Amino acid sequence: MTEVKLAEESFLTDDFLRQLIDVGEVDILVGVPTHNNAKTIGSVVETIQAGILKYFPRERAAIINADGGSRDGTPELIVSAAIGDAGRSSKVYALRTLHSISTQYATTPARGTALRTILATAELLRAKACAVISPESTQITADWLTTVLRPTYAEQFDLVLPTYSRHKFDGLLLTNLLYPMTRALYGLRIREPYALDFAFSGRLGSQFLAQNAWHDETAQAGSETQFTLTAITGGYRICQSYLGSKEHVERRSADLVPAMRQTVGPLFSSLEPHFSLWTSRTGSQPVPTTGPEQEFTREPLRVNRKRLREMFLIGVAELESVFQSILSPSTLAELQEISRLEEGLFRYSAELWVKTVYEFAAAYHKTVISRDHIIQALAPLFRGRAATFLVENRNGSADDVEHNIETLCLEFERMKPYLLEKWNGRE
Amino acid sequence: MWEMIVSELTQAMQELARSFAHILPRIIVVVIMAFVGWVVAYFLKVLLRSILRLIKFDKLSENAGASQLLAKAALPSATDLLCRFVFWVAWLGIILLGVRALDIAGLQEQIAKFFLFLPRLFVALLIIFFGLLGATFLSRAALLAAVNANFPSSRLLSVSIRTIIIIFVLSMAFEEVGVAEQTMLVAFGIAFGATMLGLAIAFGTGGKDLARQFLEKRLLRGTSKDEGKEDDLSPL
Repeated sequence: MTEVKLAEESFLTDDFLRQLIDVGEVDILVGVPTHNNAKTIGSVVETIQAGILKYFPRERAAIINADGGSRDGTPELIVSAAIGDAGRSSKVYALRTLHSISTQYATTPARGTALRTILATAELLRAKACAVISPESTQITADWLTTVLRPTYAEQFDLVLPTYSRHKFDGLLLTNLLYPMTRALYGLRIREPYALDFAFSGRLGSQFLAQNAWHDETAQAGSETQFTLTAITGGYRICQSYLGSKEHVERRSADLVPAMRQTVGPLFSSLEPHFSLWTSRTGSQPVPTTGPEQEFTREPLRVNRKRLREMFLIGVAELESVFQSILSPSTLAELQEISRLEEGLFRYSAELWVKTVYEFAAAYHKTVISRDHIIQALAPLFRGRAATFLVENRNGSADDVEHNIETLCLEFERMKPYLLEKWNGRE
Repeated sequence: MWEMIVSELTQAMQELARSFAHILPRIIVVVIMAFVGWVVAYFLKVLLRSILRLIKFDKLSENAGASQLLAKAALPSATDLLCRFVFWVAWLGIILLGVRALDIAGLQEQIAKFFLFLPRLFVALLIIFFGLLGATFLSRAALLAAVNANFPSSRLLSVSIRTIIIIFVLSMAFEEVGVAEQTMLVAFGIAFGATMLGLAIAFGTGGKDLARQFLEKRLLRGTSKDEGKEDDLSPL
């Protein structure tokens, strides 16, 4: 443990370490990973300060910014955010000093390194409870701080994950793959396995810091998902807290492949070391949740279903040689069959989708081709599934959407033996 | 007269017998070497086959795209082919060592040349194998990136990349073994230059609208009125 600590200390800059020594130990630590977030960071940090003043006035607290080489003055905005403003607006005053420290971990952003910086800082400052807040969480309120931190600080939970009120078509990768597959594999109904706003105990933070291969760049991808999976597979106490609405500062439909690398890659990777765990679990259990598990909104949203289907068709046609290495002949034939259907008849069924995902997971395990290529090859197929989900739920109420997601989850659970069969199969 | 003929014949026969007696042990040595060589080569073949199966060489070859090429040419699997290659090289090499014992003028030099050529042949084969591996990886990477970026003619792009790399690899391999060095170099230069020129002309004229759209999208990001019109979906 001492060796690990020394390694982490040497990873942090001398100047940053000096500032941490001045801070001493803390009870509460809030980490904010940033990169060019000047537009939103001011209000986010002020709200964090207000939340700490309001709900943790007697605790020793610090806000740590891990910046990935911002050029728009983001770190300066965080450090200069006046606590007086937050105090006046909340009419509450801190009984202890609230520190705000910023460090630049690299000149280019890397989410894994940002999380590592926050974890190492939390360990050095012996923080009892830590939260990570996304700089793009513009809808943050002071209540968030107590909602995510209180279960860790007062109720001994090791990981507090968020649930949000989202548009029914928001986060399709979560609803159609991450949530159902994580639930089917590890038996816990965690709605947001990939969280950007969450809280954790010092115990879990230290464990993740020690076991993760931080020097391996590929292992760093999707560190947030890995963090959740570490808590699940390590048997840590996990709960969910409802945070309200989830808004995206920038909606990036084109960023599907990076999103899959950050989420699906770590999920597939976790299957190998935890084989005995996921093969022994059947069914799923809910995790303690404060507030609703998930809320769906239905305001109008600009969605191009036609484009999603077209990209699926192009993928199936152009990537046939790649799919031959990954998918079974029957699954590939089924995909080719649905790709020949007319637009009105097109349907990528839940069963076929689950078979596809499980065969991809088995191919990932066997490294039939480069693992990154396997993840990239799944993207066009996901678009096909997303197009079907959009059509099926076009006029659906929130309950209908929830029902359809639940049906998909049960399909993932029902077909788990199929994954095992493919996993153990020769080809 | 008759006696002279008989004497000459006897002498000639004796010389022939002497020569035969002189060469017979050497021929026996060659035969023994051929037999020993076969045993050694066979042992090497079996050993290599086991090693290649252990490291799943056929799978690697399949990933490299070499298996598909071999299948198209109705050749055996990569493992089989490599084992046969090693078997014949080893057997031929040992036979040639035996042949040196025959002490035939001029043959020594040819045998020495053959042994000097072997490492270069091996390096050339390595270049081809890893070249195919690289070509398959890069062409697949380009194909996936192009499909996910909704780029038209993704497969054409992928095949072009693969072809260029294979031509480059073959020219390197031929240069290594010293076969038609200059011809291959010139042929590669012409083929590569022509492809690039063709692509440039095609992109500049046939695809000028595409080029304009591409450059506008890249350089005038944020100012285009069409930006963000695709959809508002976020995967996470």
